[in-house]
Amino acid sequence: MKSSVITFPGSNCDRDMDVALKKFGFKNKMIWHNDNELPKSDLVVLPGGFSYGDYLRCGSVASKSKIMQSVINFAKSGGLVMGICNGFQILVETGLVPGVLLRNKYLEFICKNVFVKLDNKDNPYFKNLEKDIFKLHIAHNEGNYFCTEDQLKEIKDNNQVAIYYCNNDGKIEEEFNPNGSIKNIAGILNKEKNVLGMMPHPERMIDSCLSGEDGSLFFKNLLNNIK
Amino acid sequence: MKISAIITLKKDVLDPQGKVIHQTLEGMNFKNVNEVRQGKYFEIDVNENDPKKAKEIVEDMCEKLLANLVIENYKIIEIQ
Repeated sequence: MKSSVITFPGSNCDRDMDVALKKFGFKNKMIWHNDNELPKSDLVVLPGGFSYGDYLRCGSVASKSKIMQSVINFAKSGGLVMGICNGFQILVETGLVPGVLLRNKYLEFICKNVFVKLDNKDNPYFKNLEKDIFKLHIAHNEGNYFCTEDQLKEIKDNNQVAIYYCNNDGKIEEEFNPNGSIKNIAGILNKEKNVLGMMPHPERMIDSCLSGEDGSLFFKNLLNNIK
Repeated sequence: MKISAIITLKKDVLDPQGKVIHQTLEGMNFKNVNEVRQGKYFEIDVNENDPKKAKEIVEDMCEKLLANLVIENYKIIEIQ
């Protein structure tokens, strides 16, 4: 299976993502933001980092970069596009997934492990996963998910919430919300479920010695789902 | 022509930076502040002599890039 990771100026999780994808069997290519065409891919990843120094709004400048038009076309034709952290911020700026990511509620850069609960598995990313609760890492300053009341209703009606922040038992409550996100939302899918944006980094949980294996479960499963 | 535009957060969007500035002002003994909302200000020099057209160009820029209309409003405040 072929994947492409887009590198923007200021991306800093692009190589971690490359390592993760290759570890689980993807043939990955790194694509420069200024390229026009995506190579043939089964999965496109927008990695974490600080694209364009977070100027204007996080992800806003990257969302207008050359390669993004191909990424948008790829997503609109049903291709799998996953945005992690800054990649999620880029996705909301393109409008591929609804809402926006505001500054964290308590104005802190948050860097820690959190638990997230999958909302539904009726999508290519989570289908066939046995677990519901995952321990993943977050590291962000603008991860406070916000959308309008109307958008929230639409998101819920279409089962577009991908993951919620929770505790280790899967309880979704305000006290387990690290950044003020509306309804503890940590990740969102588009209506068609082929585009996923989420703040936590699965690529940082692929080694039991260094961190954890919950990211490994995610990548292995994703590869099997795409095959 | 030089066009000035301001971008502000919509009313129901939380503005934690504005809140902190508000608290700091109170700490400095500015006691009569009701609320502080932080925004952005742009000065854009457009190669266009017709004020109406120049304004339209910057409005288009605001809608497509400078503001995120889910959370922000924009306003053209000055044309010179």
